[in-house]
Amino acid sequence: MISRSQWVLVSVIAASAVLSSFSGRIDDYVLDVTIGVGINIMLAVSLNLINGYTGQFSLGHAGFMAVGAYTAGALTTNLGPQIVAALGGGRAATTFLFAGALLSGGLLAAFAGFLVGVPSLRLKGDYLAIVTLGFGEIIKVIIQNINWLGGSRGMVGIPPYTNLFWTFTMAALSVYVVISLIHSSYGRGFIAVSDDEVAAEAMGINTTRYKITAFVIGAFFAGIAGGIYGHFKQFITPTGFDFTRSIEIVVMVILGGMGNTVGVILAAVLLTVLPEFLRSVAEYRMIIYSLLIIVIMLTRPQGLFTWSRRTPPVAAK
Amino acid sequence: MTEFLQQLINGVSLGSIYALIALGYTMVYGVLRFINFAHSDVFMVGAFSGFYLGRHVRPESLWGGTMVLVGAMVICAALGILIEKLAYRPLRRRSTLTVLITAIGVSLLLQNAGQKIFGPNPKFFPKLFPAKNFVLPGHVMVSTDQMAVLAIAILLLVSLQFIVLRTRMGTAMRAVSFNHQAAALMGINVDVVISFTFGLGSALAAAGGILYAMNYPSIDPLMGTLPGLKAFVAAVLGGIGNIPGAALGGMIIGIVETFIAGTSKSTYKDAIAFAVLILILLFRPAGILGKPQMEKV
Repeated sequence: MISRSQWVLVSVIAASAVLSSFSGRIDDYVLDVTIGVGINIMLAVSLNLINGYTGQFSLGHAGFMAVGAYTAGALTTNLGPQIVAALGGGRAATTFLFAGALLSGGLLAAFAGFLVGVPSLRLKGDYLAIVTLGFGEIIKVIIQNINWLGGSRGMVGIPPYTNLFWTFTMAALSVYVVISLIHSSYGRGFIAVSDDEVAAEAMGINTTRYKITAFVIGAFFAGIAGGIYGHFKQFITPTGFDFTRSIEIVVMVILGGMGNTVGVILAAVLLTVLPEFLRSVAEYRMIIYSLLIIVIMLTRPQGLFTWSRRTPPVAAK
Repeated sequence: MTEFLQQLINGVSLGSIYALIALGYTMVYGVLRFINFAHSDVFMVGAFSGFYLGRHVRPESLWGGTMVLVGAMVICAALGILIEKLAYRPLRRRSTLTVLITAIGVSLLLQNAGQKIFGPNPKFFPKLFPAKNFVLPGHVMVSTDQMAVLAIAILLLVSLQFIVLRTRMGTAMRAVSFNHQAAALMGINVDVVISFTFGLGSALAAAGGILYAMNYPSIDPLMGTLPGLKAFVAAVLGGIGNIPGAALGGMIIGIVETFIAGTSKSTYKDAIAFAVLILILLFRPAGILGKPQMEKV
C-alpha cells in the first residue's frame, strides 16, 4: 500500500530526475537559485524537527552543515579519483562516489550531533541556544585549525557533482523522513516533549532520548545538505558556516511556523527567492530579516504560514 | 616569571571588561529570567558612542575621557530602556522561547543597523585618556589604559553593589527578582524596576565597550558578539543572577583566555570560553557562587 506522502516523494524524485536531464537548457541563474532553494528546504526542515517539533532551540545548525560539507568534500576531492578508478570509472562510479560521500557527510554530522546533543540537551531554552551556538563556533574553529582541510583559507576544487536530481531527491527524502517520523507513534514523542516536558516524562517518555534522536536526525540531514552545498559551490570556507548561516535557517523555521513542515518549506522557498528580487536593497537584507523576526514574534509567534487549530508550542505557555 | 606576571596583568584587565558586560546579563536574568542577547550589541553601541563623542573632546585628557565615558553610558542606558519597552515588554507573559527569539532579532537588528550607520569597516578608536606605560620591577609593563580599566571597573562594581544592596531601587530590584507578583502587591512598580535594570546593565555594557576599545583600539559593528558571548559564559560561570559571581566569572574567563592566547594553542582561544561553558553546565549548572535551584512543576 503506497501512502499519499510516498506518492509525493516518488513524484518529486521523478520530476527532479526529468528536469535534471534538461538542466543544460535551463538558465544557469535560475538553476543556481533552484538548487539553493532545495538546500535551504533540507536545512530548514531538518532544523524544524529539532526547534519546532521537539521544541529544543538550537542555534548551531550551520556547524553540522559544515561537518557534512567538509567530510563529503574531502572524500570526493582527495579520494575521489582513486575510488572512481577502482570502480571502473564512468557515470555509475561517480554516482556511487557522490552518494557515498553525502552519506558519510551525513553520518559524521549525525555523530557530531550526538556528541553535541548528549551534554547540551540536558539544558533548556536559553542555555541550550547558547551552548549549541558555542558548539557551532567550536566546530568552525576546529575546521579552521585543520590544515589539510584548507584551514581558514577554505577548501577548493570540490568536483561539481550537485545537480537538480541530487538536490531535490535529498530534499524530498528529508521532508519525507521528517513527516513520516512525526506521524508515527514514535514521533508523537517529539511533540509531547515540546508540549510539556514534565508531563511527557510522567507518561513514561524518555525525553532525553527523544531530544537526542531529534538532534541526531536533524544533524544528519544538515550534513547531507552541507555535502550538496559543497559540491554545488565547489569552494567552502569555515566562515561560510558561521552563526549568521545558522540564524538564516532559524529565521526560515520561525517564519514558516515552528512545527509546521509545509510552512517551513514555503518559508525556505520565500527566503531564498525573495532576496533575488530584492537585489537593489540587498544590503538591507539582514536588517529586514531581523525586523521580521521581532515583528513576527510580537504579532504572530506561530509563524506566517500556520493557520491550524493546534496551538503551536511557542504560544502554548 | 615576568611573562607570567605580564599575562596576569593583561588577563585581569580583559577580565574586568568581561565582568562589566557579564553584570548586565546577570542583572537582566535576575529580574526577567531570560538572556538578553542584544546586550553584546549594546556593548558595541557603547564603543561607537565613545568613538563619535571622542571627536568632540580634547584627546588624552582625564576630563574629556570621563565625559565621553559618562556620555556613552547615558546613551546606552537610554537604548537599553528603549529595547526593553519596545521589544521585550509586550512579550512579558509569553514563553521564554518567544522572548529568546525576539532578543536574537534585536541583536541582529543592532548589528546590521550598525553596519549600515557606522559602516562595516573597522575604525580606529581614539586615545581618550592620557596614555603612559609604566615598567614595574621585574620588567612587567602596565599601561595607564590597563590601570584605568581596572580602576573604572572596580569603581562601577562597588557603586553597583551599593545601588543593589543599599538603595530603595536596589531593594525593589531584589524583590522583583524573587517574585514579580508579590513585589507588585507590595506596591513596587515592576515596570519601572525592569526599565531601571535594563538601563543600569546597558550603562555598564557601554563602559565595558569603551574600556575594551581603549585596549583593543579597532572597533566594528560586529565586535560585540565574541566578548558578549564570553561575558555571558562568565555570568554563568559565576552563577547567573549573582552580581559578585559575574565579576568573579569575568576575571576567570579573562585570565584563562589571556594565558591560552600566550601559548601555541592561541588559535583556539575563542573556543575556550565555550568549552568552559559546556563544562560548567555539565558539572555545576548553578555556577561557582550560585545556589542550585529545583524546578517546580
